[in-house]
Amino acid sequence: MKTIVIDARGRSCPEPVIMTKQAIGTLDKSSELHVLLDTTVAKENVKRLFKKEGFRTDIKVQDNDFLIVAQKE
Amino acid sequence: MKHKSIIFTGGIIGILSVLLVKLGNPGNMGICVACFIRDIAGALGLHRAGVVQYIRPEIIGFIIGAMIISLIKKEFRARGGSSPFIRFILGFFVMIGALVFLGCPLRLILRLASGDLNAILGLVGFTVGIWIGTHFLRKGFTLGRNYSQSKANGFALPIISIGLLILLLAKPTFIFFSEKGPGAAHAPLLIALGAGLLVGALAQRSRMCLAGGIRDVFLIKDIHLLAGFISIFVVALIANSFFGFFNLSFVDQPISHTDAIWNFLGMLLAGFAAVLLGGCPLRQTIMAGEGDTDAAITFMGLLVGAAFAHNFSLAATPAGVGFNGKLAVIIGIIVVLSIAISNIKSIKKLN
Repeated sequence: MKTIVIDARGRSCPEPVIMTKQAIGTLDKSSELHVLLDTTVAKENVKRLFKKEGFRTDIKVQDNDFLIVAQKE
Repeated sequence: MKHKSIIFTGGIIGILSVLLVKLGNPGNMGICVACFIRDIAGALGLHRAGVVQYIRPEIIGFIIGAMIISLIKKEFRARGGSSPFIRFILGFFVMIGALVFLGCPLRLILRLASGDLNAILGLVGFTVGIWIGTHFLRKGFTLGRNYSQSKANGFALPIISIGLLILLLAKPTFIFFSEKGPGAAHAPLLIALGAGLLVGALAQRSRMCLAGGIRDVFLIKDIHLLAGFISIFVVALIANSFFGFFNLSFVDQPISHTDAIWNFLGMLLAGFAAVLLGGCPLRQTIMAGEGDTDAAITFMGLLVGAAFAHNFSLAATPAGVGFNGKLAVIIGIIVVLSIAISNIKSIKKLN
C-alpha cells in the first residue's frame, strides 16, 4: 500500500486544503493519505474536504499537531 | 443543520450591526472593520481627518473576544513568520481598496442589505478580485509556513488593544475624538464593546470569513463560509426593513459614493489582497486575537494603510474618488499582482 504524506503545518488558509486536494488527484484506490496539520481550523477544513470527496478519515493527535489518515471509501 | 454555527454567527452579526446603527453608529456602519481601524488610526493622530477619529471599542472587542474564547478552547497559539512584511503590504492595500469603496467586505454586505446599490459594484469587484487570487492559489501561491513563537508574541496585540481601551476610557488630550462626522457617531461604549466581544468570540468559533466565503466556492465548490455571508445579509435586510433603514437606490446612501468604476476596482483590490492573505479584515483581526502574529502584522498594515489613505487623500468621500485614490488603487493592483506572481512555489498541477 502506497502512503502519501503531506506536511501542511503552518500554512495559511486555504493552502492545506489545496495541498490535500492536489494529492487526492494523484491517489489510486489502495493508497493512504497522511495529512499533518497544526491548527484546529485546518483540521476541520481538510476533514470537510475528505468527507466531500468520499474518504474515510481517522484523526490522531501528536503533541501539538494533528495527523489525518484518509482512505477512499 | 450542517452550517449551523456559521449561519448563527452571521445572524448575530447581521442583527447587531443594525442595532449598533440604531444606537448611534454611522449609517450602514454598525460594524466595519476597515472603517473602525481607520477611526482608531485617526484617534491616535496617525492621520488628521477630523471627522473620522474615534477608538472603536468593537475592534478591541473582536481581538479580546477571540483571545478569550481561543484560550478557553485551547486554540490560542502564538505563531508567525510567514512573510510578515509582505503581509503588512497586503494589509496596507486591502485598506486602500476598502477606503476607496468606503467599507470592508462586512460593510459591503451591510450596505447591500440596506438597499445601497453601489455596493453591488463593490461585490462584483470583490468577487473578481477573489477569483483572480484563487487562480494564483491554484498555481501554488504561498507566503510560506509559520512557526510556533513564545507566548508573549501572541499576547502583544491583545495587550495593546487593552491599552487602547484604557485610552478610550481616560480620554487624554493627545487622543483625538471627532466632534462631528462619522467619527462622532457611535453607540454607547459598553454596548459597542459587548457587541465586539460577542462577535469576536462567535467569529473565532465559526471561522467567519467573507473573502473565504467566495474563495471556497471558486476553489473547492464549498458553500460553508458563504452561508455566513448570506446569513448576515438576510438578517440585516430584515432588521433594516424593520427599523426603516432600507432605501433602494444609488444616491443619497450613508457614507457611500456613486463612482461605479472605483467601487468596483477598490473592492477588486481588497478581494485580491485578502485572498492572498488567507482572509478578510475581520478574519485577520480574529486571528490576531488567537495568537497569530502574522495576522497582527496584517492588522498593523491595515492601520498604517488607513493613516496613509487620509494623509494623502486616497480615501473616497461621499463626493467620489479623487485622483490620488484612483492612482493608489492602480498602484495597489500592480503591487498585489507582483506579490502574487513572485510567490508561486511550483507544485504539481491541481486537478
